[in-house]
Amino acid sequence: MMREILRTLVALIAGVLFGFGLALSGLLNPERVRGFLDVTGNWDASLAFVLAGAVAVTALANVVTKVLSKPALDDTFHIPEPSKINAPLIYGSALFGVGWALSGLCPGPAIASLGRDVSTIYVFVLAMIAGVLIHSGQSSSEADC
Amino acid sequence: MIPEPYLQSLQGGAIIGLATALLLLLNGRIAGVSGIFARALSFRGPELSPNLAFVVGLVLGPLLYSVVYGTWPAAEFRMPLLFMALAGVLVGYGTRLGNGCTSGHGVVGLARLSPRSITAAATFLTSGVVTVLIMRLLEML
Repeated sequence: MMREILRTLVALIAGVLFGFGLALSGLLNPERVRGFLDVTGNWDASLAFVLAGAVAVTALANVVTKVLSKPALDDTFHIPEPSKINAPLIYGSALFGVGWALSGLCPGPAIASLGRDVSTIYVFVLAMIAGVLIHSGQSSSEADC
Repeated sequence: MIPEPYLQSLQGGAIIGLATALLLLLNGRIAGVSGIFARALSFRGPELSPNLAFVVGLVLGPLLYSVVYGTWPAAEFRMPLLFMALAGVLVGYGTRLGNGCTSGHGVVGLARLSPRSITAAATFLTSGVVTVLIMRLLEML
């Protein structure tokens, strides 16, 4: 119980840092995100720098997980086991890429922008929730079969 | 020297990395925003309160930024609402089907050199670049 409260606190702090980092990095601006994908136009390399910074720090943390037997507040690391590259992974990622390019938003920046009074963001996040629910509706009906 | 906006992007990225490191080393969890958000939306599951807390924190982060810097980070929204709605459905559905987005596959997966995540990231980057190219050809940009 105590550990779950602490995990909730850690998740809250991690969320705040994540949102702050997105704001600082420029990723809350859809036009800059789309600019990164615009390789034949006015290319904006911002996202490459965001990824480089994030991946470098995460990679360090990843090395530490190899040394630790378990995380500080849980009995085990919940890291996906290596599994097959399958069709849903490809189709899903391809569809996501189209939506990402159309809007200039991926889930993190979209949710992080909710504190701001912009109708575009509300429409996008509501549609994103609809997309998530369409998927969970499909997978639960598959599980029923 | 790295130009100022790019330096800020690098710093912002490092802070995002710090967030994923905290979640990984303390909670033993992957900071995949699409997965955390979908599990928080279901309002069940063993990690419901941490998942909800992460989503709340994510909304609070830019508010903290605006308090620290006295202004919201710059953002332009040029696309029509109908477009954003279509894009939102594609992002929500696609990230669930593909089991991750820019954070889970892009940041954490690439840092772990996961073959699935490398494939996912290469796929969404490619389809994103092709989509922007088509938008340019159709003179939407």
